[in-house]
Amino acid sequence: MRHDHLITSKQLSRGNIENILDHAAEIDDDPSTVAGRHAETLLGLLFFEPSTRTKMSFETAMKRLGGDVVDMGPVDSSSVKKGETLADTVRVIEGYADALVVRHPKQGAATMASEFVDVPLLNAGDGAGHHPTQTMLDLYTIRENAGLDDLTIGIMGDLKYGRTVHSLAYALTNFDTRQHFISPESLQLPREVVYDLHQQQDGAGIREHDSLEAILPSLDVLYVTRIQRERFPDENEYQKIAGEYQIDADTLEAASDDLTVMHPLPRVDEIAPEIDETDHAAYFEQAHNGVPVRMALLDLLLSDDKGIWGDSDE
Amino acid sequence: MSDEHDHHDGDADHELRVSKIRDGTVIDHVRGGQALNVLAILGIDGTNGEEVSVGMNVPSDRFARKDIVKVEGRELSQDEVDVLSLIAPDATINIVRDYDVVEKHRVERPDVVEGVLSCPNAGCITTGDEPVTSRFSVLEDGVRCSYCETIVREEIASLIDT
Repeated sequence: MRHDHLITSKQLSRGNIENILDHAAEIDDDPSTVAGRHAETLLGLLFFEPSTRTKMSFETAMKRLGGDVVDMGPVDSSSVKKGETLADTVRVIEGYADALVVRHPKQGAATMASEFVDVPLLNAGDGAGHHPTQTMLDLYTIRENAGLDDLTIGIMGDLKYGRTVHSLAYALTNFDTRQHFISPESLQLPREVVYDLHQQQDGAGIREHDSLEAILPSLDVLYVTRIQRERFPDENEYQKIAGEYQIDADTLEAASDDLTVMHPLPRVDEIAPEIDETDHAAYFEQAHNGVPVRMALLDLLLSDDKGIWGDSDE
Repeated sequence: MSDEHDHHDGDADHELRVSKIRDGTVIDHVRGGQALNVLAILGIDGTNGEEVSVGMNVPSDRFARKDIVKVEGRELSQDEVDVLSLIAPDATINIVRDYDVVEKHRVERPDVVEGVLSCPNAGCITTGDEPVTSRFSVLEDGVRCSYCETIVREEIASLIDT
């Protein structure tokens, strides 16, 4: 078995991404082509933070490939409650499972965990860091709706703590994209991420804004994330800005008819329900894409002759 | 000729303010005010009986002010010298044997430093109780945690894991 890990979207080249997305499209078209391919394979789910979509779509994906999952269960009923370290937990569970999926509230958790195991490990979110498998389904959805080249994308909301944003931004630098980041000043992209984006794309195509208004008409895709009220030390500060980062039908009057609106979910009040029934809304489609995309990732990861990295041992 | 005897060096008279050493290491041209951080990086706190002389903020030709650290009976390893470069990039290292400088070289910045600095990001996995050694890659103008990717450009010395 190949021992690849997927920790960050920075690992992925355009070729890697296209390899994954193409395989996901094949599975989407005809899931029977991979049904039963990984019978008797067990995937270990280690979620140290709550999760609905990511956890259930991994579970569904593994089962649709013929395998099964072993689930650590809620943190409160695990040995973590007794003070077991992440390093020990992953070393124990790698003895039960053929691959591991880890979500953890600390940044760098997946990187560290991968250093303690020999089975493939997938990062399902590490604090405010990365969420590369979410990025794969985001890219899949973007490609289906707007294509991945000559793309103008707005990414709005909590850009500071939003790991889906960081991973997506990195991955998009592999394509011909213009990225506009829209947030209140206090929730701007971390400087580390800006540094990386400039390194990867020479700064071209990266812009930061505090308002959606001016940039909205030029967007092909608007990726909205939740502004987390709990991040604000002062409720009044939150109230001042919250409304500016919500979208409704009136907001989208200035947008292109072809605008695709995405959201990693869960949403609270960032996107008005009236948008759900419009052609703009792609967020439920986005969530559904989690299954074929994670099937593709797992299939590539667990196949002797494939691997996430395609033919190379990169 | 050693720095300690080199009277062409305008700093020499000032260096005499701290005692010569017989065998050991003289770390010269440390930026003013960083001497104690140099000792921290080297893990020297005096509890093991080390004989150390420190000159702080002495006048210098190269810098307005510089620090000098002299450690008796200890020759620094290359790893130690590399790490020193993070807070003393202009330092010169003089290895002294029998009062003579037998080796003299500048510090070089390493690609990575391990187990020396603590990550300032409270959300970083290395700040918990995990059995992990801190690791930072060295950038042109700072250091970056290899786990959470936080970049630190200023006050790197404050991250020294003492």
